[in-house]
Amino acid sequence: MTIEEIQNEIIDEFSMFDDWEERYQYMIDLGKTLPLIDEAHKTDDNIIKGCQSKVWVHAHMNDDKVEFTADSDAIITKGIIAILIRAFSNQHPKDIIEANTDFIDKIGLKEHLSPTRANGLVSMIKQLKMYAIAYQTQLN
Amino acid sequence: MSQAQEHIALDAETIRKDFPILNRKVNGKPLIYFDNAATSQTPIQVIDVIVDYYSNYNANIHRGVHALSQEATDAYEQARMKIQKHFNAKHSHEIIYTSGTTHGINLVANGFSSLLKKDDEIIVSALEHHSNIVPWQMLCERTGTTLKVIPMNTNGELILSEYDTLLNANTKLVFVNHISNALGTINPIETIIEKAHAVGAAVLVDGAQSCPHLKPDVQALDVDFYVCSAHKICGPTGVGMLYGKEEWLKKLPPYQGGGEMISEVSFEKTTYADLPHKFEAGTPNVCGGIAFGAALDYMNAIGFEAIAAYENELLEYATAQMLQIEDLKIYGPEASGAKNKTSVISFNVGNIHPYDIGTILDKMGIAVRTGHHCAQPIMDFYKIPGTVRASFMFYNTKEEIDTFIAGLKKAVMMLS
Repeated sequence: MTIEEIQNEIIDEFSMFDDWEERYQYMIDLGKTLPLIDEAHKTDDNIIKGCQSKVWVHAHMNDDKVEFTADSDAIITKGIIAILIRAFSNQHPKDIIEANTDFIDKIGLKEHLSPTRANGLVSMIKQLKMYAIAYQTQLN
Repeated sequence: MSQAQEHIALDAETIRKDFPILNRKVNGKPLIYFDNAATSQTPIQVIDVIVDYYSNYNANIHRGVHALSQEATDAYEQARMKIQKHFNAKHSHEIIYTSGTTHGINLVANGFSSLLKKDDEIIVSALEHHSNIVPWQMLCERTGTTLKVIPMNTNGELILSEYDTLLNANTKLVFVNHISNALGTINPIETIIEKAHAVGAAVLVDGAQSCPHLKPDVQALDVDFYVCSAHKICGPTGVGMLYGKEEWLKKLPPYQGGGEMISEVSFEKTTYADLPHKFEAGTPNVCGGIAFGAALDYMNAIGFEAIAAYENELLEYATAQMLQIEDLKIYGPEASGAKNKTSVISFNVGNIHPYDIGTILDKMGIAVRTGHHCAQPIMDFYKIPGTVRASFMFYNTKEEIDTFIAGLKKAVMMLS
């Protein structure tokens, strides 16, 4: 599936929920399914410091596609990372570079991408794209 | 309920009508504002003063010959006298307007850099906000002075016997907050000041967290410097005050150069203005200063004794309910009979990240603060990433606390 198709699938899933509680409960559950980063990669180099919750991201190439694993010490942050990784992992670097994150707004989680940086998510998206750019350079 | 308590409780309901913001909704729910230790809300009486200033007499002050400038100057200087009276300073020129607590601390730290020598020592407490740590570290880097720290115990109280061992003839300055922003601990500043003076050291007290809850008397405390921000005391952001004993303010060199702070200027030599203008370079926050005075009027009309009694009641009420929640841990001094603590509850529930609890509470319209509260050394001491902090002011109610407790229980259920 393309990134856009996956994003639409996520939007469909979230449209089933009537209120914030159901949305957040689903997100918390998704957080528990996050493809966890190998402990060996949970290093200071891979840490993205938000003001409050920490995020670790690791990337590697598999058949011209970028695979991401990640973790966070906060469960809601983990839920959003799970959603982002579902959209961006196992994709060609070029597609990751070009993808946008408007779907986060559409599923009612816009406040998590605000520039208060409390959760490090804005930096995390930048980091995913940086990895994609680096791998794209290798492919060229 | 006794008659006195009933009277105070009735006041809170009336008082709430003064705060327009308390009528708004957040995420579809009535706002419950428990982030008062970060900034307090503003009553209509203060908002009116701000609107009146910009509607009727906005002007640059002190040197204008026209009517607006004179009116603005009068109001600004009257506000300074209100601040002087509130803190019981001996002279109005001992009150320096600042942009806030951080500015006041930096002004003093910068001034001392020319007064300190390499062998001198300065002392801070383990309970400090970053704004009362970093300026002193910078000062030490510039002067080669040594920075020492009064340690704290697990109750979040300073260990005074350790303080005794840090003091010596080389100690020149001691910096401590009156009340910890992260835990609400009220520090024994009277003792700290007395002991510092015994070795000839000056003391700066950071009053950012104390001024909303009590009325410090700088002469009775015999404190050398006292700083605070208006926005924690129902005033606007961007303005605060530094109290300094006249003798100290005369000794300190100016912090910033510019207009307003000079007496005579030539390219050969500039002489500085007298106090307080020596420390007030440039056009000040005129409206902010006037509104600061109005905020103190407002708080004094309610009365700090009534405020303290009511807030203590809220603190005890909330603490008792929170301690019923499984795995909930409150950091800092024991709250009951809280002589040593103000209406701040810093807590965690089990291993749930404070950020998660704060996020869910926000969805319910409840504003709390989460994180390290700019006091990372305290969080390191407890080996936690941060806490959730609920802080109450006199316009909060027990009903709001009930809603908060129910919301907190729900958040814990969702996140466990």
